[in-house]
Amino acid sequence: MCDTCGCNVTLANRELAEGKQATQVLGNLLQVNDDQALHNRVHFNGHGVLSVNLMSSPGAGKTALLEATAELLGNELRIGVIEGDLETENDAERIRACGVPVVQICTGTACHLDAHMVHDALHQIDLDGLDVLFVENVGNLVCPASFDLGQHRNVALLSTPEGDDKPAKYPVMFRSADLVLLTKRDLAPYMPEFDAAKAVSYVRQLGNVAPILELSAKSGEGLEGWASWLKRGVADLRENLAVPTAEGA
Amino acid sequence: MHELAICQALIDQVETVASNNRATRVSGVTLDVGPLSGVVPELLLNAFPVAAAGSVAEGAILTIEAAPVRVWCKSCETESDAKINRLVCASCGDWRTELRSGDELMLRSVVLEDATSTPHAGQPEEKQRV
Ligand SMILES: Nc1nc2c(ncn2[C@@H]2O[C@H](COP(=O)(O)OP(=O)(O)O)[C@@H](O)[C@H]2O)c(=O)[nH]1
Ligand SMILES: [Mg+2]
Ligand SMILES: [Zn+2]
Ligand SMILES: [Zn+2]
Repeated sequence: MCDTCGCNVTLANRELAEGKQATQVLGNLLQVNDDQALHNRVHFNGHGVLSVNLMSSPGAGKTALLEATAELLGNELRIGVIEGDLETENDAERIRACGVPVVQICTGTACHLDAHMVHDALHQIDLDGLDVLFVENVGNLVCPASFDLGQHRNVALLSTPEGDDKPAKYPVMFRSADLVLLTKRDLAPYMPEFDAAKAVSYVRQLGNVAPILELSAKSGEGLEGWASWLKRGVADLRENLAVPTAEGA
Repeated sequence: MHELAICQALIDQVETVASNNRATRVSGVTLDVGPLSGVVPELLLNAFPVAAAGSVAEGAILTIEAAPVRVWCKSCETESDAKINRLVCASCGDWRTELRSGDELMLRSVVLEDATSTPHAGQPEEKQRV
């Protein structure tokens, strides 16, 4: 019944309706999260740490990429990880084994990380000693994209076995990416149906100009491009902030 | 799904609006939701009664206005309709577009019952932050 819900009354005359008063609000529903994200970013900037949010479906290779990154860049960049994927400590253990400081967020049943969870984790990690802080988000191509964590960069991973049309199916996630990584490219010979050019074109159709790199954490191919993207990110951040830290960069 | 978390944030905002206006009950809530917000309107509608239970908005009607997907083309300087996974310019086909509408996730208005003061309905820019 429209008389009950007020949906037939336009905004302009709603306050005239009997016994009802409409207040126009115009507030962002995620304001509380976004305020916290802003606060997180102040933490990152204050320490000159580049924060990178890794998002993908489960199993696309986020943890494997972090392991390979630690091995490749361990002497050049000081990295830390906030691990949000899965309830277990497995991923955190894998990363810790690489000599990288890691804080596990136990998300329980949560399908995404939010800015408050990341903030809690931030107080368990020493940002002063870091150049890059990675946040491995919950494996999910839908929810994580809606929550700003305060990161400087969003990275979306798309693995070869998943198929090249994921960007068209999950536009919110792939539109938000500042870098898209086509992962597990060592599997390309076994999966010729994955057309990298098509994946690129699906991302472009989202109006996204982000660089798109092909790599394999397993074989190591393409990791140099990723490494230089990270190093450039750290350099750009510090130039913007003019923070005189960077001995590791 | 994150729609319940979003509904809880919504209820917090609605509670604030209601208490600012000394209203005892909220009978309606209107949102603007774009398809590129990452939020599914149907799931919001399902989650809303759960989040609203026991709050000032218990039993309120949630109305969701779907915002259109519109892009601005920098090369031919026109605005056009687009699809969520094809955000290209409808007139020249260029993909280097800017989203003008379609990712909104906004609380637009709240219908207050028994407000004991005059609500600020005439001030559209009023922002409510929790
Ligand atoms: N062939 C191949 N397998 C990979 C690669 N990266 C990850 N994997 C495998 O894919 C599975 C999931 O990887 P993981 O890093 O845990 O994914 P996550 O859930 O995104 O963190 C594991 O069995 C990895 O060994 C890769 O580059 N090539
Ligand atoms: Mg993982
Ligand atoms: Zn969710
Ligand atoms: Zn155009």
